[in-house]
Amino acid sequence: MPGLEDLYREIILDHYRNPRNKGELATPPAHRTEGMNPLCGDEIAVYLDLEGVGEAAIVKDIRIGGQGCSISQSSASMMSSAVKGKSVAEARKLLRAFKAMMSIHETGHDAGPDGLDSESDAAEDAVPVKLGDLEALRGVVKFPVRIKCATLAWNTMAQGIDEIVSGAGS
Amino acid sequence: MVFTKNATEALNLVVYSWARANMGPGDAVLLTHMEHHANIVPWQMLAAERGIDIRWLPLTPDGQLDLSDLTRLLDGVKAFSFTAMSNVLGTINPVRLLCDAAHAAGAIAIVDGCQSVPHNVTDVVAMGADFMAFSGHKLCGPTGIGVLWGREALLDAMPPFLGGGSMISDVRLGGFTTAELPHKFEAGTPPITEAVGLGAAVDYLSALGMTAIRQHEMAITRYALDTLTARFGNDITIHGPANVELRGATLSFAFRGVHPHDLSQVLDESNVYVRAGHHCAKPLMRLMDVGATARASFYVYNDEADVDALADSLDAVSDVFAF
Repeated sequence: MPGLEDLYREIILDHYRNPRNKGELATPPAHRTEGMNPLCGDEIAVYLDLEGVGEAAIVKDIRIGGQGCSISQSSASMMSSAVKGKSVAEARKLLRAFKAMMSIHETGHDAGPDGLDSESDAAEDAVPVKLGDLEALRGVVKFPVRIKCATLAWNTMAQGIDEIVSGAGS
Repeated sequence: MVFTKNATEALNLVVYSWARANMGPGDAVLLTHMEHHANIVPWQMLAAERGIDIRWLPLTPDGQLDLSDLTRLLDGVKAFSFTAMSNVLGTINPVRLLCDAAHAAGAIAIVDGCQSVPHNVTDVVAMGADFMAFSGHKLCGPTGIGVLWGREALLDAMPPFLGGGSMISDVRLGGFTTAELPHKFEAGTPPITEAVGLGAAVDYLSALGMTAIRQHEMAITRYALDTLTARFGNDITIHGPANVELRGATLSFAFRGVHPHDLSQVLDESNVYVRAGHHCAKPLMRLMDVGATARASFYVYNDEADVDALADSLDAVSDVFAF
């Protein structure tokens, strides 16, 4: 049986206590996207300021608003650090790799088509994606009820990027 | 008594059948700020469809119904639908007083008894209710079964809810006639196994004695409030009334700013199981200015040692989050 030390790694608690990129950005020019975990009522807001167009656009700045548990907050903090300065294409690649990590043991009902797709997508990426600090969240998959906490910020970020790229966010 | 799938379906039955037959544009229902989604959303669905108004009875700071404006709020409403006991705050509402107030205003009284029926003596006549709903799984019974009790004259006058087998007296190509009560509201294959299981659960609780259960819960609630307050002081906030006469053994709490999901995860490790979440009462969560709460619930199988285990495991929470 997995223990709490698998979940509450020191690096996770550090991001929880000292969240990176916490706050808001002026909209416009930034774009705000809300995400919600209906299981627990957690709400998150991801502010994205992209420079450029399409997949080559760069995440010039990102801020995280809202509140949540240690897993959702630390995952949001790590996500913001990971995608800041990266291109939209690179952010998507990270998203796929992260969601694949979150679905390794969840090929059943909870992963859904998203999880399965991203796993196969990740496998097709020629260069393996370095997850760095994000690896600390690997233990979350042993606690299936918390997976949605860890993926909340990522899904919200992905939605925000889609909205901007498709023009819905302008 | 009508068997339903759960208490949610029982409340939906009342809204779908009674309210659709008796309420139209401009008519109003009074709900309270401490309702479960099951006693909110069906009315919101009716409001969207029929243009009825929903009024809200607010709460006092310690989580009781604020009755100071009750007469004005009830003026002109067709129905007053409220919980007998809050599933979040533990608050026990003055059901008889509320039913009488509803009737004095010419409204019917609909009681959500999910939280009260398992924990105290239930007498629908003494309550003065017109409808009361409760569910099986909250009183040691199976899931998949709930009960709607209603006054016979009201049930008789209502159109049926779901149509199909069992609920008819006769069916011809040109139409149907409904069966007698309660079958009129029990379409399809009934939850036979679940009904037998519910009966066994009711027998079990009746043998323990509902008065004895209430006494036991008052004692354990008093012990829990005293213990948690003594050990954690201002580090713990227990929502709802402090007086055990006014509350049940359902304790929602906040602890040192730790998110309820994290709390429950650490408590889980000590085999202490609490519910973390919005408890299907998101409007109340927003009014309390929290996203979620952790909720410890005590019942017939708990004793003071369980309260101590909860308190000990809260110390473990402090350790993990390094306070």
